Amino acid sequence: MTLQDFIALSPILDLGALSIVTMLVLAVRRHHATIALLSFLSCLLTLATLPWAATSTPRSVTALLIVDKYALLYMGLLLSATMVVISLSYRYLKLHFIEQEGVEEYYLLLLLATFGGLVLTASAHFVSFFLGLEVLGVSLCSLIGYLRTRRHPLEAAVKYLLISISASTFLLFGMALLYFESGSMTFRGVGRVVEMAQTVPGLWLGGFVLVLVGIALKLGLAPFHMWIPDVYQGAPTPITAYIATVSKGAVMALLLRFATDVEALKIDALAHLFALLAVSSMVTGNVLALFQQNVKRLLAYSSIAHFGYLLVALLAGGSAAAEAVTFYVVVYCVMTLGAFGVVIVYSSERGDAERFEDYRGLFWARPWLAAMLTLSLLSLAGIPVTAGFIGKFYAIAAGVDAGLWWLVLALIGNSVISLYYYLRLIVTLFADEPAPATIPQGQAVQSPQAAGWTAVFSLGLVASIILLLGVYPGPLMEFIRDSVSNLVMVVVQRP
Amino acid sequence: MVLWLLILIPLLAAPLAWMGEQWSRHAARWIAIGALFIDLLLALLLWSQDQWFQDPGQGAWLLESQTSWIPLWGISLHLGLDGLSLVLILLTTFLGLIAIVASWTEIQVRVGFFHCNVLLALGGVIGVFLAIDLFLFFFFWEVMLVPMYLLIAMWGHEQRRHASFKFFLFTQAGSLLLLVAIIALALLHQHAFGRPSFDYADLMGLAQKNEMGWWLMLAFFIGFAVKLPAPPFHPWLPDTYTAAPTGATVILAGLLAKTGAYGLIRFTIPLFPDAISEFAPIAMGLGVMGILYGAVLACAQTDMKRLVAYSSISHMGFFLLGAFAGTELALQGAVMQLVAHGLSIGALFMLAGALQERLHTRDMRQMGGLWGVIPRVASMTLFFALASLGLPGLANFIGEFLVLFGSFSVQPFLTILASTGMVMAAIYSLAMMQRAFFGRQRETRIEPDLSNIAFGTLLLMAVLQVWLGLYPRPVLSTTMPVMATLVQQTPPSSNLTHPPSKFLPSSNSFTSHVSAP
Repeated sequence: MTLQDFIALSPILDLGALSIVTMLVLAVRRHHATIALLSFLSCLLTLATLPWAATSTPRSVTALLIVDKYALLYMGLLLSATMVVISLSYRYLKLHFIEQEGVEEYYLLLLLATFGGLVLTASAHFVSFFLGLEVLGVSLCSLIGYLRTRRHPLEAAVKYLLISISASTFLLFGMALLYFESGSMTFRGVGRVVEMAQTVPGLWLGGFVLVLVGIALKLGLAPFHMWIPDVYQGAPTPITAYIATVSKGAVMALLLRFATDVEALKIDALAHLFALLAVSSMVTGNVLALFQQNVKRLLAYSSIAHFGYLLVALLAGGSAAAEAVTFYVVVYCVMTLGAFGVVIVYSSERGDAERFEDYRGLFWARPWLAAMLTLSLLSLAGIPVTAGFIGKFYAIAAGVDAGLWWLVLALIGNSVISLYYYLRLIVTLFADEPAPATIPQGQAVQSPQAAGWTAVFSLGLVASIILLLGVYPGPLMEFIRDSVSNLVMVVVQRP
Repeated sequence: MVLWLLILIPLLAAPLAWMGEQWSRHAARWIAIGALFIDLLLALLLWSQDQWFQDPGQGAWLLESQTSWIPLWGISLHLGLDGLSLVLILLTTFLGLIAIVASWTEIQVRVGFFHCNVLLALGGVIGVFLAIDLFLFFFFWEVMLVPMYLLIAMWGHEQRRHASFKFFLFTQAGSLLLLVAIIALALLHQHAFGRPSFDYADLMGLAQKNEMGWWLMLAFFIGFAVKLPAPPFHPWLPDTYTAAPTGATVILAGLLAKTGAYGLIRFTIPLFPDAISEFAPIAMGLGVMGILYGAVLACAQTDMKRLVAYSSISHMGFFLLGAFAGTELALQGAVMQLVAHGLSIGALFMLAGALQERLHTRDMRQMGGLWGVIPRVASMTLFFALASLGLPGLANFIGEFLVLFGSFSVQPFLTILASTGMVMAAIYSLAMMQRAFFGRQRETRIEPDLSNIAFGTLLLMAVLQVWLGLYPRPVLSTTMPVMATLVQQTPPSSNLTHPPSKFLPSSNSFTSHVSAP
């Protein structure tokens, strides 16, 4: 390990060290605001090391990790999303933890989960892949069950634990098969066997499919999506937002790198498999979302569909795909944080605001909050002036460029279906306020609660990013093109 | 810069109108009227630059503005104005004012937000008429959708939720198809020249002699035909027009339908001349189908707004017939039809809305004998019903006549079929008059008649109808250079049943003939 290696690795090392610092501070001084601020600053500091780390990229640090601009881009995304989640969590946790009952570890777990995510974005080897995924998964599992006095979070945590374990077993067995065929644990080594043999060994294919199943379980692609709605609904809403953005974003970053390095799309069978996953995710997510009466579940199904769109972009292959996927992931994270952010801010100590009924006439009661949700939903639906439109534009462009006409048509059809349920929620926001009589007896009419300035600030930031990316996406597009060019170039210059 | 002003004035006035609600109930209305009036004046000022329109056959833009936007994709903020867009912008600002007057008494809740949405939608429509970068065009195309949706969903009549969903889903499905085709065109440019471009001039003729061209043309056609709407893409229309509040219906029928028409003339026909020459007979057939289908169903309606809605399908069928006939005369007629239809349908919906406000029903079976009760409403309805059935001397007649005249040489059989639509228009228009205003008087209560403002507005529209009916030259000469270029670009239809007759007057001589004092 040279100095350059350390520089390249500085974001991961930094976050790791700062997590330990946070843990030590936690032992000395248990104070909610202090720890929240410390964890926020940890992310900020790590974020600040990214430009520094970029000076020594692309760089393989041992065989396990590769730090290139692509990895750094995703790291920046994950860290920013974590910061938003932290700022949204503060008030939410204060509502639910009245006494001193150990709310502070929440932030430590968040940092650790993000640490796992960072490792995933940079991993080029099965070992780092698996370690990163497990750090992320175990931390998340405790986070999902963090509101331990309630039933739903515990149920969700158990569900996530089981899913996590089965994903790991699939992954491990798949990795073992791939290692058996290729004798290598690096992504490129795994791919090289197929390239040299000119044929695809059966066990290799089986191994890849098993690894793909593991990844699909983590991403919640249909038909491996069963856990998504329950966990989304049961988890504390900030953690739901975290799963939807950081956890899925990191795994998607990994999938893109894995698929590119292995050149999986050149193998017809795998390309068909990806297409099948894409279509089934789109259709399942959108059709099931139509029937939801719960906002968190609706967003859960919509996230399944969005990852279907992402796979369409991924299938295009080459640099166009990498660009489109990366752009879409960024956009998806921003708008998902926006939508869940509103749910978080609108929740009260009596429970999460998750039923459609809760949102009835929100626009007339709390216009800014409703406007924010409307903006996020329109963005998720892909209506112009919002970032989501540019994301969809990118995905369609990638699909059209690769001549994937059927997939593009499926994407369009599904977008139209998805409009229906987004509109249903938006219409609820603008519906007339419920008559005062509908509020049950014994409960005072709830006065609008202060959202907390951290939440207001981060939601405002998210909203402006949604609008900015929707109207002026040029700079980000160029930045992403510059960053991912490296990912694809490395493959071309394969030794 | 002027072009951006045209778009930005309504868009920037929109939040202002919303906030204006806090000061007084009418503040929002006046802000909206002020913004649109300034826009109208600006457009009139542009129109008064007489020398611009003297030079026929010149296809260049009268005014142009281009700024870089997303260079990576070859997307720029490119606006261009020519005679066609100018005429339609004039129509937009004028009908926008009408829509606000039409909702003066109807909209009493959330007035600020209503006008905010109206202005946003109109800003989008003006943007559509000006954008000549396809990405920018699509951007504006979608911008107008959400406010329109909210207008229907929040202030609509019974069934508004259902109608607003139908409207949004149908148009969005068409739009996404259009988006795919636009992207595919841009990528065709990339394959040919190494960089993607969304610019109108760059993409012109790119899909020529290309197998994909046909499919792309079809996607463009469907995308625009949904808005028009031409059967079989129309099922959203009757519900939506009926459920929308009067002001929104005026915008929907008067302007949103025109954006589809504009898209067909501006993009579909010039971008794919080869595919169009094969497709034109089918499009004309759809147009005739629309004329007859709309007219027959209009005859069967008992709901006044639905009747007008179906008549709108019928009228837009004439546009489709003329637009794809490929002769300058028919194209001129098609554009004239857009303007005339905007004026007559806007007025009819306004009147239907006024009736509903007074009687709390749109069912014509429950009306009758209203002439004696509300003579102002009755007389104006009679006038616009006559306009709608194509009475000579009124603007609709010019449009339909030119379309039929211009199409006959290309598709005589279809044209004859189409002309029966004019007969049926007489049936449903007069039946509407008969059922609602004549016969036994059912209402004993004396209803308040039209307010002076509403009556004045309708009179103004009537005057415009007469003016354009007697002296259509202002519209025709403004759009003539554009249409002449369009005809030159499009090769004559390959399967003409008859070659164009030498004895038909050319459009130049016709327009000059009409304009003779």
